[in-house]
Amino acid sequence: MGELWAQAWAVARKDLVLEFRTRTALLSTVVFTVLVLTVFNFGRDPTAVATIDLAPSVLWVTFTFAAMLALNRAFQLELENGALEGLLASPLSPRGLYLGKLLANLAFVGVVQAIGLPVFVLFFDVPVGHVWLPLIGVIALATIGFVAVGTLFSAMVIRTRFAELLLPVLLLPFLLLPLTYAVQATARLLANRPLSELSGWLKLLAAYDIVFLGLASLLFPHTVDE
Amino acid sequence: MLSAEALRHVFGEGGGQVVALDGVSFNLTPGQTLAIFGPNGAGKTTLLKVLAGLIRPREGVVRVAGGRRAIGWIGHQSQLYEHLTVRENLHFWASLYGVPAARRGPRAALVLERLGMADRADQPVWSLSRGLAQRAAIAKALIHDPSVLLLDEPFTGLDLAAAAELRVLLGELRGGDTGGRVVVLTTHNVDEGVELATDVAFQRHGRFVHFAPRGGRGSAEIAAAYRRAVTDG
Repeated sequence: MGELWAQAWAVARKDLVLEFRTRTALLSTVVFTVLVLTVFNFGRDPTAVATIDLAPSVLWVTFTFAAMLALNRAFQLELENGALEGLLASPLSPRGLYLGKLLANLAFVGVVQAIGLPVFVLFFDVPVGHVWLPLIGVIALATIGFVAVGTLFSAMVIRTRFAELLLPVLLLPFLLLPLTYAVQATARLLANRPLSELSGWLKLLAAYDIVFLGLASLLFPHTVDE
Repeated sequence: MLSAEALRHVFGEGGGQVVALDGVSFNLTPGQTLAIFGPNGAGKTTLLKVLAGLIRPREGVVRVAGGRRAIGWIGHQSQLYEHLTVRENLHFWASLYGVPAARRGPRAALVLERLGMADRADQPVWSLSRGLAQRAAIAKALIHDPSVLLLDEPFTGLDLAAAAELRVLLGELRGGDTGGRVVVLTTHNVDEGVELATDVAFQRHGRFVHFAPRGGRGSAEIAAAYRRAVTDG
C-alpha cells in the first residue's frame, strides 16, 4: 500500500511540476472559466429569473466544462515522447497511475475552482459569507466524483483520433447524477436553508464518489492495456 | 536471465489477422547481446514490447530474472518529459523503479557522468539535440541499474557521428554495474548493430529465420547472410 501511494505521489508531483512550468493548460482553463461566467452574467435577464435560482446551475455548468478541459490534458502529457509506454513498462501499477492522475487532476481542478468561485460570487452577488465552508464541502464532494470518472474516461480515449470530442460525449451522461445532486445542494445552501435539508444530497454525492472511485480503479487497468 | 518460449502474437481478429510473432524462442544469459535484424514489419518492435511486458502474447512465455524492475527499455521515442530537466526526469523514473530517495541523486549523477552528460543534467529535455536526447533516454533506461536492456532501433534519427558514439557507449554499458547485462537490440540496418552483438537473429514475418552466435563473422558476412535469409528467403 505504501508503495502504491509513493508511486501515485510521484506521478501526481510530476504532472503538477509540468503544469506549473508550462502553465498553458491552467491559464487556458482559468480564462475559459472566467469567460463562461462572464457570458452567463451578461446573457441573462435578471428580471425574468431570480439570480439565486439561476446561480447554482451556472456555477456547476461552468465547473463541469472547466473540469472537462482539465481532464482532456491529463493523459496528453503522457503521449509526449511516448512516455505512456515507459510508464506501462515500468513497475508502476495501473492503480498507482490512476491514483496519481486523480490527485493531479483534483489539484488542477481545485485551483481552477478556487479562482472561479470568487468570480462567480462577484458576478452573481450571491450570499456565500455564512455558508462558504459547507459550500466548499459540496464542491469538494462533487469534484471528487467528476474527476474520478473523468480520469478513467480520459485514459480510455487518449489513443483515439478524436479524444477531445469523445471525452465529453462519454463523460457527460455519467456526470448528470452528481451534477443534479450538486446543484440541489448548492441551491439550498445559497437559499439559506438549514443544513439538514442538504444531508440527503450530500449522502448521494458521497455514495457516487465511493461507487465510482471503486469502479474506476477496478476498470482503469483495462483502459491502458495495449 | 531472459528467456522467451514459443512466443506467438497476432494483431486483429478473424480474416484481418496479422501475425507479428510466430514461435520465437531464445535464452540469453548475462554478457550476451542479441542483435535482431529484420525489415520493417518483421515484428521486431512487437517482440521487444512483449519482452518489456507492454504486450501480452497470445501464446508463449517470457521469463526475466527480477521481473519488470530488472528491465531497462528504450522504445522509438525517448519517453522523457520535454519540460522537465534531464535530472528531474531521471529522479521521476528512479522513483517508479523503487530506487530509494536518498540514492536517486547519486545514481543519476553516476549515470550522467558515465554517459558524458553531467553538464547537461539541469537542461530541459526540449533543449537537447537528437543525439543528446537519445543519450538521456539511455540514462533513463539505466537509472535503476537494470540487468536486461531492451533497445528498439536505438540508432534511428542519429547522424553518423552520433550513431558511432552511441555504438561505443552501448558497448561499454554491456558490463553493468554489478555484473554483465543482457542486451537485446533491434535494427533494420545490419552495419549498425553487428559490432555490439554476441548473437545475431534475423526476423521475418514474425519468425527467427536465423539465430546463432555471431562468432568471428564481420558485418559484410552477416549482411550477406541477412540478404539470403530475409530478402531471398
